[in-house]
Amino acid sequence: MIGIFRHRFFFVFVLLGLVILVFIAYPLLKTIFSSDAGGLWDTLLDKGVRDVILLTLYAALIATIAGLLFGVPLAYVLARRNFPGKKLIEAIIDVPIVVPHTAAGIALLFAFGEQSLLGKAFHALHVDFVGTVAGIVIAMMFVSIPFLVDSAREGFKSVDPRLEKVARTLGASQRKTFFGISLPLAWRSILSGSALMWARGISEFGAVVILAYHPMIAPVLVYHRFESYGLEWSRPVAVLVVLISIIVFIILRFIAQWGEKS
Amino acid sequence: MIEIKNLCVDLGDFILQHATLEVQQGEYFIILGPTGAGKTVLLETLAGLYPAKSGQIWLNSTELTHLEPDKRGIGFVYQDYVLFPHLSVMDNIIFGLRQRGKSKREARAEAQWLIELLGISHLLKRKPDTLSGGEKQKVALARALVVKPEVLLLDEPLSALDPETRDRVQRELREIHDRLNLTTIHVTHDFEEAVSLGDRIAVIGDGRILQIGTAEQVFRQPNSEFVARFAMTRNIFVGEVQGSDDDYALIDIEGTQIGVITDLRGKRHASIRPEDILLSTQPFLSSARNTFKGTITRVSSKGSTVYLSIDVPPEFVCLVTRHSFEEMDLREGGEAYVTFKASAVHVF
Repeated sequence: MIGIFRHRFFFVFVLLGLVILVFIAYPLLKTIFSSDAGGLWDTLLDKGVRDVILLTLYAALIATIAGLLFGVPLAYVLARRNFPGKKLIEAIIDVPIVVPHTAAGIALLFAFGEQSLLGKAFHALHVDFVGTVAGIVIAMMFVSIPFLVDSAREGFKSVDPRLEKVARTLGASQRKTFFGISLPLAWRSILSGSALMWARGISEFGAVVILAYHPMIAPVLVYHRFESYGLEWSRPVAVLVVLISIIVFIILRFIAQWGEKS
Repeated sequence: MIEIKNLCVDLGDFILQHATLEVQQGEYFIILGPTGAGKTVLLETLAGLYPAKSGQIWLNSTELTHLEPDKRGIGFVYQDYVLFPHLSVMDNIIFGLRQRGKSKREARAEAQWLIELLGISHLLKRKPDTLSGGEKQKVALARALVVKPEVLLLDEPLSALDPETRDRVQRELREIHDRLNLTTIHVTHDFEEAVSLGDRIAVIGDGRILQIGTAEQVFRQPNSEFVARFAMTRNIFVGEVQGSDDDYALIDIEGTQIGVITDLRGKRHASIRPEDILLSTQPFLSSARNTFKGTITRVSSKGSTVYLSIDVPPEFVCLVTRHSFEEMDLREGGEAYVTFKASAVHVF
């Protein structure tokens, strides 16, 4: 700790860095500590609020599971194969990070809305995306999938391809090599990517609110209360959302580190 | 028997061209070449890990050329062993058996003889990253051998080991080969290793197989400049080692008694680097054990250095700078003395 203050150069850098730290921590801590425990407890007892929070966690989880199902194979292909257009595909994967999320919501509405071809096709299967949980899930998935794919891809890249080759010479099929060697060795990256994707899904507002104001997820509820009743009413929900996000994040970090040690 | 017919492999910046060779059942076959000569690529192609561009690979009477690697029955050990880091030593070893649908218990029982043969029963519970180089290699060998491959491919198996371990592992490799009568293809850039282990040697350079033959044929009758230059990096001889009265042992090479330091006895190889031999026009007093007079039979200039062959016999290849070469006024047919320490001779 002393070491980083020894040079004036680092002293200045550390001071600048502290600004960022305070900038992030102060608003969150102030929100958390200025709310009274009783009010928070009452909010938590409110079944409406609880349902909203559970729906948020659930929808983000479904989005993450879908992300694993489709994103992990893609990540593996990107890590292991070179082909024309690979850079383009990698760029496309990352586009949701830079698109304004309300615009992403509009785009999804165009593609999956009731009037669209896809919307009609899914409607025939009794799946609708406007004002439904399915809509929340695809909105969350759209904006959060890059985190999982990128992380999983880097995880697979860090696995020596010769480990897979040796497995093949020992009689393992490609499928068994993937599930027995590549996946177990990349799982930590995949897990931390999933954690990021889930956390990102929980916190999504812009894309979700375009597709589904109702049923309400937590970020929408914060906004709804703020717009309708003001700061005091929205704060307990905001605190709950922040606390839940932090707890989820800490738990998943912990799991990832535990995996590193074993 | 493994047959390679006209094999070509294209890897963008590297091409292996028209490789043809036959390895007999039970043979210890060495592929010798400098780093970057395409040795690893050739092995990976045999194992089915790279596609062949053209040509054929046959094992006994089955064509392997287009077979998946898991269907070939060819074992592979990489230079740095590439053990599965997330599995224990035991689970590494039985990996291949598990792929064949054996239960853990069956697989362990089946691997037992190999574990004993290699003397690694004390390592079974450990993770690969806690093992020494020599231990890792034994585990990698056990993992490859446990599925009873028809052919074992070894990619520079000794180059990641320290010199002491290397000698021991070298002997062990040969013992395991002899014991299992296993067709083995071993690639290396080390001439000494090739001579000591190989029944036959194929020299590879610039993506081509240049010469195939016994060690004796390759280093006594190199068929090309490339092979000759490669063989000249070492003086390698065969002779009878005997103990003597003092601390030295003596090796008899073509009638010349050379003092060496070794515990080995009987018919052995001896090698000495050309740069470890001092060349002089007069005998001189030194602490070096060996001084012999010979005739200069060949002079070959390589830029700022000069290679000379001095026939004592045997014929020693020496390396001197162009400057000393001119200063000493050496020429073909002239006489010269070679001097070297007993400790500069490696007996194996």
